[in-house]
Amino acid sequence: MDAKQTLDARGLNCPLPILRTKKSLSALQPGDTLKVVASDPGSLKDMASFCVQTGNTLLSSAQAGDDYEFVIRKA
Amino acid sequence: MNIAKLHPVDHAAEAMPTDLAGLEAWFDRRLDEKLAEREAAKVPSLAIIATKGTMDMAYPPFILASTAAALGWNASIFFTFYGLELLKKDLDLKVSPLGNPAMPMKMPFGPEWLKRINMPIPNLVAGNLPGFENLATTMMEQTVKAKGVPSIRELRDICVESGVRLVACQMTVDLFNYRQDEFIPEIAEWIGATSYLAEARNADVCLFV
Repeated sequence: MDAKQTLDARGLNCPLPILRTKKSLSALQPGDTLKVVASDPGSLKDMASFCVQTGNTLLSSAQAGDDYEFVIRKA
Repeated sequence: MNIAKLHPVDHAAEAMPTDLAGLEAWFDRRLDEKLAEREAAKVPSLAIIATKGTMDMAYPPFILASTAAALGWNASIFFTFYGLELLKKDLDLKVSPLGNPAMPMKMPFGPEWLKRINMPIPNLVAGNLPGFENLATTMMEQTVKAKGVPSIRELRDICVESGVRLVACQMTVDLFNYRQDEFIPEIAEWIGATSYLAEARNADVCLFV
Protein backbone atom coordinates (compact mmCIF):
# COMPACT_ATOMS: atom_id res chain seq x y z
CA MET A 1 0.00 0.00 0.00
CA ASP A 2 1.31 3.43 -0.88
CA ALA A 3 1.54 5.79 2.03
CA LYS A 4 2.23 9.50 2.04
CA GLN A 5 5.18 9.03 4.36
CA THR A 6 7.25 6.14 5.66
CA LEU A 7 8.80 5.84 9.10
CA ASP A 8 11.68 3.43 9.52
CA ALA A 9 11.56 2.32 13.16
CA ARG A 10 13.66 -0.80 12.66
CA GLY A 11 16.18 -1.48 15.40
CA LEU A 12 14.20 0.58 17.91
CA ASN A 13 12.62 -0.93 20.98
CA CYS A 14 9.68 -0.06 23.23
CA PRO A 15 8.52 2.68 23.53
CA LEU A 16 10.40 4.38 20.68
CA PRO A 17 8.41 2.96 17.72
CA ILE A 18 5.19 4.40 19.22
CA LEU A 19 6.78 7.71 20.18
CA ARG A 20 8.25 8.17 16.68
CA THR A 21 4.94 7.18 15.10
CA LYS A 22 3.15 9.81 17.15
CA LYS A 23 5.75 12.40 16.11
CA SER A 24 5.48 11.50 12.41
CA LEU A 25 1.68 11.57 12.55
CA SER A 26 1.60 15.05 14.05
CA ALA A 27 3.43 16.38 10.98
CA LEU A 28 0.74 14.95 8.66
CA GLN A 29 -2.72 16.21 7.71
CA PRO A 30 -5.92 14.38 8.71
CA GLY A 31 -6.60 11.64 6.16
CA ASP A 32 -2.91 11.21 5.26
CA THR A 33 -1.42 7.77 5.60
CA LEU A 34 1.79 6.78 7.33
CA LYS A 35 3.66 3.54 6.81
CA VAL A 36 5.71 2.33 9.76
CA VAL A 37 8.30 -0.42 9.51
CA ALA A 38 9.41 -1.83 12.85
CA SER A 39 11.43 -4.77 14.08
CA ASP A 40 10.16 -4.79 17.67
CA PRO A 41 7.71 -7.74 18.01
CA GLY A 42 5.92 -5.80 20.76
CA SER A 43 4.93 -3.17 18.21
CA LEU A 44 2.34 -5.57 16.76
CA LYS A 45 0.08 -5.20 19.78
CA ASP A 46 1.22 -1.71 20.75
CA MET A 47 0.48 -0.17 17.36
CA ALA A 48 -3.08 -1.55 17.40
CA SER A 49 -3.61 -0.26 20.94
CA PHE A 50 -2.10 3.12 20.05
CA CYS A 51 -4.51 3.51 17.13
CA VAL A 52 -7.57 2.50 19.17
CA GLN A 53 -6.68 4.99 21.90
CA THR A 54 -5.79 7.90 19.64
CA GLY A 55 -8.62 7.46 17.13
CA ASN A 56 -6.29 6.93 14.17
CA THR A 57 -7.12 4.07 11.81
CA LEU A 58 -4.83 1.08 11.48
CA LEU A 59 -5.40 0.21 7.82
CA SER A 60 -3.06 -2.75 7.78
CA SER A 61 -0.72 -4.63 10.07
CA ALA A 62 1.46 -7.38 8.65
CA GLN A 63 4.63 -9.30 9.22
CA ALA A 64 7.20 -8.96 6.44
CA GLY A 65 10.13 -11.27 7.05
CA ASP A 66 11.67 -10.27 10.38
CA ASP A 67 9.93 -6.89 10.29
CA TYR A 68 6.43 -5.61 10.89
CA GLU A 69 4.66 -3.18 8.59
CA PHE A 70 1.81 -0.93 9.59
CA VAL A 71 -0.23 1.56 7.61
CA ILE A 72 -2.03 4.18 9.65
CA ARG A 73 -4.50 6.82 8.50
CA LYS A 74 -4.43 9.96 10.56
CA ALA A 75 -7.74 10.93 12.12
CA MET B 1 -28.69 22.06 8.37
CA ASN B 2 -31.79 20.90 10.11
CA ILE B 3 -31.21 20.79 13.82
CA ALA B 4 -34.09 18.40 14.31
CA LYS B 5 -32.14 15.88 12.26
CA LEU B 6 -29.10 16.18 14.50
CA HIS B 7 -31.11 15.81 17.64
CA PRO B 8 -33.82 13.25 17.00
CA VAL B 9 -37.02 14.33 18.67
CA ASP B 10 -36.71 11.47 21.14
CA HIS B 11 -36.19 13.42 24.32
CA ALA B 12 -38.22 16.49 23.51
CA ALA B 13 -41.32 15.00 22.01
CA GLU B 14 -41.36 11.92 24.13
CA ALA B 15 -43.80 12.71 26.88
CA MET B 16 -42.29 12.60 30.34
CA PRO B 17 -43.44 9.42 31.99
CA THR B 18 -45.80 10.17 34.80
CA ASP B 19 -45.69 6.91 36.69
CA LEU B 20 -42.78 6.30 39.08
CA ALA B 21 -41.42 3.19 37.35
CA GLY B 22 -41.43 4.93 33.98
CA LEU B 23 -39.75 7.98 35.47
CA GLU B 24 -37.02 5.88 37.04
CA ALA B 25 -36.35 4.03 33.79
CA TRP B 26 -36.19 7.35 31.90
CA PHE B 27 -33.82 8.82 34.45
CA ASP B 28 -31.52 5.77 34.41
CA ARG B 29 -31.31 5.89 30.63
CA ARG B 30 -30.48 9.61 30.61
CA LEU B 31 -27.87 9.13 33.33
CA ASP B 32 -26.17 6.33 31.36
CA GLU B 33 -26.12 8.52 28.25
CA LYS B 34 -24.65 11.47 30.14
CA LEU B 35 -22.00 9.33 31.85
CA ALA B 36 -20.99 7.76 28.53
CA GLU B 37 -20.72 11.24 27.00
CA ARG B 38 -18.53 12.44 29.85
CA GLU B 39 -16.34 9.33 29.66
CA ALA B 40 -15.83 9.80 25.91
CA ALA B 41 -14.87 13.46 26.31
CA LYS B 42 -12.42 12.84 29.14
CA VAL B 43 -8.67 13.11 28.61
CA PRO B 44 -7.06 10.28 30.59
CA SER B 45 -4.34 11.22 33.04
CA LEU B 46 -1.32 9.55 34.60
CA ALA B 47 0.46 10.51 37.82
CA ILE B 48 3.73 8.80 38.73
CA ILE B 49 5.72 9.18 41.92
CA ALA B 50 9.39 8.39 41.16
CA THR B 51 11.45 7.62 44.24
CA LYS B 52 14.46 5.67 42.94
CA GLY B 53 17.65 7.05 41.51
CA THR B 54 19.26 4.03 39.88
CA MET B 55 19.50 3.50 36.14
CA ASP B 56 17.19 0.47 36.12
CA MET B 57 14.50 2.23 38.13
CA ALA B 58 14.71 5.36 35.99
CA TYR B 59 13.18 3.57 33.02
CA PRO B 60 9.63 2.81 34.19
CA PRO B 61 8.56 6.40 34.99
CA PHE B 62 10.03 7.90 31.83
CA ILE B 63 8.77 5.11 29.52
CA LEU B 64 5.26 5.16 30.95
CA ALA B 65 4.98 8.95 30.98
CA SER B 66 6.32 9.44 27.44
CA THR B 67 4.02 6.71 26.13
CA ALA B 68 1.04 8.23 27.91
CA ALA B 69 1.86 11.60 26.34
CA ALA B 70 2.05 9.93 22.91
CA LEU B 71 -1.45 8.55 23.53
CA GLY B 72 -2.70 12.05 24.21
CA TRP B 73 -2.93 11.66 28.00
CA ASN B 74 -2.02 14.29 30.55
CA ALA B 75 1.03 12.90 32.31
CA SER B 76 3.03 14.10 35.28
CA ILE B 77 5.87 12.69 37.36
CA PHE B 78 6.62 13.74 40.93
CA PHE B 79 10.30 13.17 41.72
CA THR B 80 11.07 12.68 45.36
CA PHE B 81 13.96 11.33 47.45
CA TYR B 82 16.47 9.51 45.20
CA GLY B 83 14.12 10.06 42.27
CA LEU B 84 15.46 13.62 42.13
CA GLU B 85 18.68 12.18 40.66
CA LEU B 86 16.72 11.62 37.44
CA LEU B 87 16.32 15.38 37.04
CA LYS B 88 19.99 16.31 37.48
CA LYS B 89 21.60 18.26 34.65
CA ASP B 90 24.48 15.78 34.84
CA LEU B 91 22.81 12.41 34.72
CA ASP B 92 25.14 9.91 36.33
CA LEU B 93 22.88 6.97 37.06
CA LYS B 94 24.32 3.66 38.12
CA VAL B 95 22.98 0.17 38.45
CA SER B 96 24.34 -2.64 40.59
CA PRO B 97 23.59 -6.31 41.14
CA LEU B 98 24.44 -5.70 44.82
CA GLY B 99 21.24 -6.26 46.77
CA ASN B 100 19.49 -6.64 43.42
CA PRO B 101 19.39 -10.43 42.97
CA ALA B 102 16.95 -10.40 40.04
CA MET B 103 19.29 -8.37 37.85
CA PRO B 104 20.64 -10.61 35.09
CA MET B 105 24.38 -10.35 34.51
CA LYS B 106 24.80 -11.14 30.85
CA MET B 107 27.39 -10.14 28.28
CA PRO B 108 26.15 -7.25 26.11
CA PHE B 109 28.25 -8.43 23.16
CA GLY B 110 29.75 -11.62 21.77
CA PRO B 111 28.13 -14.68 20.24
CA GLU B 112 24.43 -15.37 20.92
CA TRP B 113 25.12 -18.40 23.17
CA LEU B 114 27.40 -16.32 25.38
CA LYS B 115 24.90 -13.44 25.64
CA ARG B 116 22.30 -15.88 27.00
CA ILE B 117 24.39 -17.07 29.92
CA ASN B 118 23.56 -15.48 33.25
CA MET B 119 26.54 -14.96 35.53
CA PRO B 120 25.17 -14.18 38.98
CA ILE B 121 27.69 -12.21 41.02
CA PRO B 122 27.86 -12.93 44.76
CA ASN B 123 27.23 -9.85 46.91
CA LEU B 124 30.65 -10.40 48.44
CA VAL B 125 32.24 -9.70 45.05
CA ALA B 126 29.81 -7.03 43.88
CA GLY B 127 30.19 -5.18 47.16
CA ASN B 128 33.94 -5.42 47.60
CA LEU B 129 35.48 -5.35 44.16
CA PRO B 130 36.43 -1.73 43.44
CA GLY B 131 34.77 -0.39 40.30
CA PHE B 132 32.27 -3.23 40.09
CA GLU B 133 29.28 -0.87 39.99
CA ASN B 134 30.82 1.01 37.09
CA LEU B 135 31.41 -2.24 35.24
CA ALA B 136 27.82 -3.38 35.77
CA THR B 137 26.55 0.04 34.66
CA THR B 138 28.66 0.01 31.50
CA MET B 139 27.40 -3.48 30.67
CA MET B 140 23.80 -2.41 31.14
CA GLU B 141 24.33 0.72 29.02
CA GLN B 142 25.79 -1.36 26.21
CA THR B 143 22.95 -3.88 26.39
CA VAL B 144 20.39 -1.07 26.24
CA LYS B 145 22.10 0.45 23.23
CA ALA B 146 22.44 -2.87 21.40
CA LYS B 147 18.74 -3.62 21.91
CA GLY B 148 17.56 -0.26 20.56
CA VAL B 149 16.14 0.84 23.92
CA PRO B 150 16.52 4.61 24.38
CA SER B 151 18.88 6.04 26.99
CA ILE B 152 17.44 7.75 30.07
CA ARG B 153 18.58 11.13 28.79
CA GLU B 154 16.81 10.51 25.48
CA LEU B 155 13.60 9.43 27.21
CA ARG B 156 13.73 12.42 29.52
CA ASP B 157 14.12 14.75 26.53
CA ILE B 158 11.12 13.11 24.86
CA CYS B 159 9.10 13.59 28.05
CA VAL B 160 10.01 17.28 28.13
CA GLU B 161 9.21 17.71 24.42
CA SER B 162 5.88 15.92 24.65
CA GLY B 163 4.70 18.01 27.58
CA VAL B 164 5.01 15.59 30.48
CA ARG B 165 4.81 17.73 33.64
CA LEU B 166 7.96 17.16 35.68
CA VAL B 167 7.56 18.23 39.30
CA ALA B 168 10.15 17.98 42.02
CA CYS B 169 9.96 17.58 45.77
CA GLN B 170 11.04 20.72 47.60
CA MET B 171 11.67 18.90 50.87
CA THR B 172 14.19 16.51 49.28
CA VAL B 173 16.31 19.39 48.01
CA ASP B 174 16.57 20.78 51.52
CA LEU B 175 17.07 17.33 53.04
CA PHE B 176 20.01 16.35 50.86
CA ASN B 177 21.46 19.86 50.56
CA TYR B 178 21.00 20.06 46.82
CA ARG B 179 20.89 23.35 44.96
CA GLN B 180 18.02 23.96 42.54
CA ASP B 181 20.51 24.93 39.82
CA GLU B 182 21.88 21.38 39.77
CA PHE B 183 18.62 20.33 38.10
CA ILE B 184 17.24 20.79 34.60
CA PRO B 185 15.35 24.04 34.09
CA GLU B 186 12.37 22.19 32.56
CA ILE B 187 11.08 21.30 36.03
CA ALA B 188 7.59 22.77 36.09
CA GLU B 189 7.35 23.29 39.82
CA TRP B 190 8.96 22.56 43.19
CA ILE B 191 6.17 21.33 45.39
CA GLY B 192 5.35 19.19 48.40
CA ALA B 193 3.23 16.15 49.13
CA THR B 194 0.07 18.20 49.66
CA SER B 195 0.21 19.78 46.22
CA TYR B 196 1.05 16.58 44.39
CA LEU B 197 -1.65 14.56 46.11
CA ALA B 198 -4.17 17.15 44.99
CA GLU B 199 -3.00 16.56 41.42
CA ALA B 200 -2.74 12.76 41.69
CA ARG B 201 -6.20 12.53 43.22
CA ASN B 202 -7.81 13.13 39.85
CA ALA B 203 -5.52 10.86 37.85
CA ASP B 204 -6.91 7.74 36.20
CA VAL B 205 -3.63 5.92 36.68
CA CYS B 206 -1.43 6.63 39.68
CA LEU B 207 1.83 4.73 40.17
CA PHE B 208 4.53 4.66 42.80
CA VAL B 209 7.90 3.67 41.37
